Amino acid sequence: MQEPRAAISLAPGALRRRAAEGGRVPAGLGALSRRFARNRLALAGLVVLAAVVAAALLAPWLAPAPPFRTDFNNLLRPPGPGHPLGTDDLGRDLLSRVIFGARTSLAAGVISVGIAVAAGLPLGLLAGYYGGRLDDLLMRLTDAMLSFPLLVLALAVAAVLGAGLEKAMVAIGIVFMPGVIRLARGQVLSEREQQYVEAARATGASDARILWRHILPNVLSPLLVHASLSTAAAITAEAALSFLGLGTQPPTPSWGSMLNVAQAYLGTAPWMAFWPGLAIFCTVLALNLVGDGLREALDPRLR
Amino acid sequence: MARFLLRRCLLTLPVLFFVSLIVFTLIALVPGDPARIMLGEEASPEALQALRREMGLDQPVVVRYLRWLEHIGRGDFGRSLRDRRPVLETLLQKLPVTLELAAASLLVAWAIAIPAGILAAWRQRTVVDYAATTVALAGISIPNFWLGIMLIYLLAVNLRWLPPSGYVEPWVDLGRNLRLMVMPSIVLGTGLAALVMRVLRSSMLEVLGADYVRTARAKGLGERLVVGRHALRNALIPVVTIMGLQLGGLLGGAVITETIFAVPGIGRLVVEAILTRDYPMVQGAVLFVALGVVVTNLLVDLGYAWLDPRIRYEAGP
Repeated sequence: MQEPRAAISLAPGALRRRAAEGGRVPAGLGALSRRFARNRLALAGLVVLAAVVAAALLAPWLAPAPPFRTDFNNLLRPPGPGHPLGTDDLGRDLLSRVIFGARTSLAAGVISVGIAVAAGLPLGLLAGYYGGRLDDLLMRLTDAMLSFPLLVLALAVAAVLGAGLEKAMVAIGIVFMPGVIRLARGQVLSEREQQYVEAARATGASDARILWRHILPNVLSPLLVHASLSTAAAITAEAALSFLGLGTQPPTPSWGSMLNVAQAYLGTAPWMAFWPGLAIFCTVLALNLVGDGLREALDPRLR
Repeated sequence: MARFLLRRCLLTLPVLFFVSLIVFTLIALVPGDPARIMLGEEASPEALQALRREMGLDQPVVVRYLRWLEHIGRGDFGRSLRDRRPVLETLLQKLPVTLELAAASLLVAWAIAIPAGILAAWRQRTVVDYAATTVALAGISIPNFWLGIMLIYLLAVNLRWLPPSGYVEPWVDLGRNLRLMVMPSIVLGTGLAALVMRVLRSSMLEVLGADYVRTARAKGLGERLVVGRHALRNALIPVVTIMGLQLGGLLGGAVITETIFAVPGIGRLVVEAILTRDYPMVQGAVLFVALGVVVTNLLVDLGYAWLDPRIRYEAGP
C-alpha cells in the first residue's frame, strides 16, 4: 500500500516538502504517464477505451440509422451492405444499436462506481482516521457485504428496487461500496502515522484539513486504479442484470438486453449475439488493461 | 491453538449478524405492502389480513427481525409463495446440482490455472509469461453470459457435439450428465482460472526469490524438483486462502451459467425467485449463499491454523 509514495521517493527533498505541504506531486504525474506509456498493452487499452467513449458521445452522428427504427422488410438480416452488422428480430440496424449501447454501458459503469466512491470514500476516510466504534462497525458491515457474491447481492438489491437502468446503477453502486471503504481506510491507516501528518498536526491543522489536504491526495492514486478496474466490473454487472431482465429495459439499446433477446435467435441469427457481446468484452478488457497499467505505473516493483 | 480457534469462531458472529441484518432489511425495504404485492391488486381484504398476520407484518420491525432470526435458527426459512413448499427444502434439493457444477468448474479452473501460473512465473518476462497474463486478463474480461451463448452456438448449434442445455442427475445417466456439464463448467471455470492464475503467478514469483529455493538450487536439485516440489507447495497457499473468494465467484457466476444452460441449481432458483417476486425464496436463497461463503472462509482459516503453526501466534484481529 505504498504506491503513491513510490513516485515521491524518486526525488527526495523538494518533492517531499511539496508533498508535506499539499500532498500533490506535479512531477510525479509526468513520471507516471511516462511509465504508463511504456506499457504497450495499457496504451492499446486506452486507445480502445477512447474509441468506445467517442462512439458513445458521437452516437447520433456515427450510427447509420436511428437505434429504434424498425424495418419489417429486413428482419434478421445477416451482416451485409446497408447493415454492416446485420439486423435484429425487429429489423433494427445492429451497428446503430451497438453504438448507442455504448452510452448505456459507459453511463452504467461510471455512475455506479461514482455512487460507490461518493458514499464509500468519506466513510473509509473517517473509519481509518478516527478508528474506534465507527471503524469496528463499518469493518464488520463490509465483511458481511463481501460475504455475498457480487452478482447475487446486486440481484437482490435490484429485486428490491425493481427493474430499470437507474435502479441497476444504484444496486451496483451499493455492491461496490465495501471495496472503496476498505481501500480508503487501509490507505488512511498507513498515512495517518506518517511524519508529515504529525507535522501538520503540530502546526495546528484541524482534522478536517489534515484529511482533506494531506491524506486524501495520497488515497487518490490507488483509488484511481481501483475505480478503473471497478468500472470494468460494473459494466459487466449491468450487462448481466440486463441480460437477466433486471437492468435496462427494452427498447433502450443496451448490450446486456440485446444478448438476452439474441438467445432466442441463436440458430437463425447468431450475429445478434456476437456483436453486443464483443462490444462488452472489448470495453471491459480495455478498462482492465488501463487499470493494470495504472497500477504498474504507480508501483514499478510489480513487474 | 484452542484460543485462536475460539477467537476466530467468535469473530464470525458479528459478520453473521450483519449478514442476517442485510438480508432481512433488503426484503423489509421492498416498497409497498408485501402482502398486496404477493397477492395482487384484486385480493380480498381478508386474504390480505391473513397473509399479513402469517408474515408477521402487523408486528414492529424489530420484533419481526428477531422472530425471523429465531425461525432461521430452527432451520425454518419460511415457505415459497409459488409452491408453498419450505424454502430450505427446495434449497437443499437444488444444492447438489450447484455443488456439482461448482466442483467441475473448480477442476477446470485449477487444471488451467496451476500449470499456466507456474509457467508464467518460472519463465517471467518471456513470451510464455506475456501470453499467459494476457489470456488471463481476457478471461477475466470476457462476460460469462456471452461466452456461454457463443459456446452453445459453436458446440451445440453448429457442430452438434454437445447438447445445448439441460440437466440429468448423474445416477440417472452419468454419460449425459457429464456431457451436459462440459459447457457450463468451462464458462464458470474461465473467470476463476484467470483469477487463480494471477494469484499463483505472483505468489510463485515471490517464492522463487526466497532463500530456501536458492538453497535447493545450490545443492544441485533439478529445476523440475525445485519448482514442482519446493516452490509450488508454498506458492499454493494464497490460492487456498482465496477459497472463500473463489466460492463466492462461483456462486455468483452460477446465477448466470445455470440460467443460460437451464441447470436447475441455486443460481437459477435465485433468478426465478426474483423474477416471480417470490420474496421468501429470495431471502432464503441469498442468506443461504452468504452463509456458505462465511462458513468456507471460517474453515479455510481454521484449516490454516491447523497446518501452519506460525499463524496461531501472529493472529491479529
